[in-house]
Amino acid sequence: MFHKLIDRKGFSDLLKDDMTIMIGGFLACGTPETLVDIILEKGVKNLTIICNDTAFADKGLGRLIAARQVSHVITSHIGTNVETGKQMVEGSIKVDLVPQGTLVERIRCAGAGLGGVLTPTGVGTIVEEGKQKMTVEGVDYLLELPLRAELALIGGSIVDKAGNVVYNATTRNFNPIMAMAADTVVVEAQKLVEIGEIQPELVMTPSPLVNHIFVSEKR
Amino acid sequence: MIEDINLAKTIIAKRIAREFKDNQLVNLGIGLPTLVANHIPAGINVIFQSENGIIGMGPAPQPGHENPDITNAGGALVTVLPYGCYFDTAMSFALIRGKHVEYTVLGALEVDQEGSLASWIIPGKKVPGMGGAMDLVVGAKNVIVSTLHTERGKPKILKKCSLPLTAKHVVNMIVTELAVFRVTPGGLALIEVNKDSSVDEIRANTAADFIVADNLKTMEL
Repeated sequence: MFHKLIDRKGFSDLLKDDMTIMIGGFLACGTPETLVDIILEKGVKNLTIICNDTAFADKGLGRLIAARQVSHVITSHIGTNVETGKQMVEGSIKVDLVPQGTLVERIRCAGAGLGGVLTPTGVGTIVEEGKQKMTVEGVDYLLELPLRAELALIGGSIVDKAGNVVYNATTRNFNPIMAMAADTVVVEAQKLVEIGEIQPELVMTPSPLVNHIFVSEKR
Repeated sequence: MIEDINLAKTIIAKRIAREFKDNQLVNLGIGLPTLVANHIPAGINVIFQSENGIIGMGPAPQPGHENPDITNAGGALVTVLPYGCYFDTAMSFALIRGKHVEYTVLGALEVDQEGSLASWIIPGKKVPGMGGAMDLVVGAKNVIVSTLHTERGKPKILKKCSLPLTAKHVVNMIVTELAVFRVTPGGLALIEVNKDSSVDEIRANTAADFIVADNLKTMEL
């Protein structure tokens, strides 16, 4: 009925140079680390990565930046990864810094079929440069546009074979939002269970959003 | 001046901790603001939010009880209290922008007499990014800046910020080791002075214009 399980080769075959990829996680908590390993092994280049933060040079998706596979990153924070700042100064990576709440809403817009969102965040700062400003009922807002990707890589704690996902504790962060905003969604399952083992009320990402399930090699 | 930086930070944290009322939802930034949690007065329960997806954040775990799936917004391992819960980042920032968070406490590179704050970038030198700070200061009902009064002898409280802003006209209160200021529509007001300092010393170390409140008080810690 559901044939969503993929192996290393199956995931590797999805990867191409110049791709735009969203990767879940907050300072590497909730990041699908085995999928990052496979991107490193395949060595695809010139990637655009959309992520909360660039994690660390030796942990999380920050490893892709240290390996110089990323030419553009759209993120809210780069301060924990020395490589991002270094490559930005060299000019070898383009960094778009986006306020965290705006970043997640832009991704949510793309996944929810919305043309954008009006947020007061960033008004009166350099964040408003080049953006349409609107006043609604006397309050100034910036129009922030949707953000989509070709691939979203999600870290799931418990995943059933249909692709329903539960995220433990703070591993949830951007994961369920990104799972709605990409052409292809791959979840790395910390624990794979049979259909019916997850109580329906507890599902955080519904199975039709997930295209492929990869069983984690970590933990 | 208070030369001991750790003592100065403790004074700031203790003073801010007295600001909260029972069961208020509070977000503490990384660094100095995090110390505030250690000084909440007995009998007051403050509910801590962490923008990576927690309400009811507790202290660091006891050795042997660490769970790598429970982290705070600085990536450190934490715990969650029995009444706590988790959510995704969209929910977290809806809580923040939607005025459901009573207080946000954060540090500053510069803060000015108009309540504008610079805390996320020193162009050409340090560019960590804004993370959640821009949303927090725009969305929280009350914004408290916690900062040492001066850095390498230079005032942190200015007439106007020179660095790129985190947000304009959002700060409600500034707490340093020497003084507490409130940002009012009429400008900056000095409302409390550390018992070991004086209005003259504060004036000498503050680059902003401020008025001295009629009912100026001694900082209670």
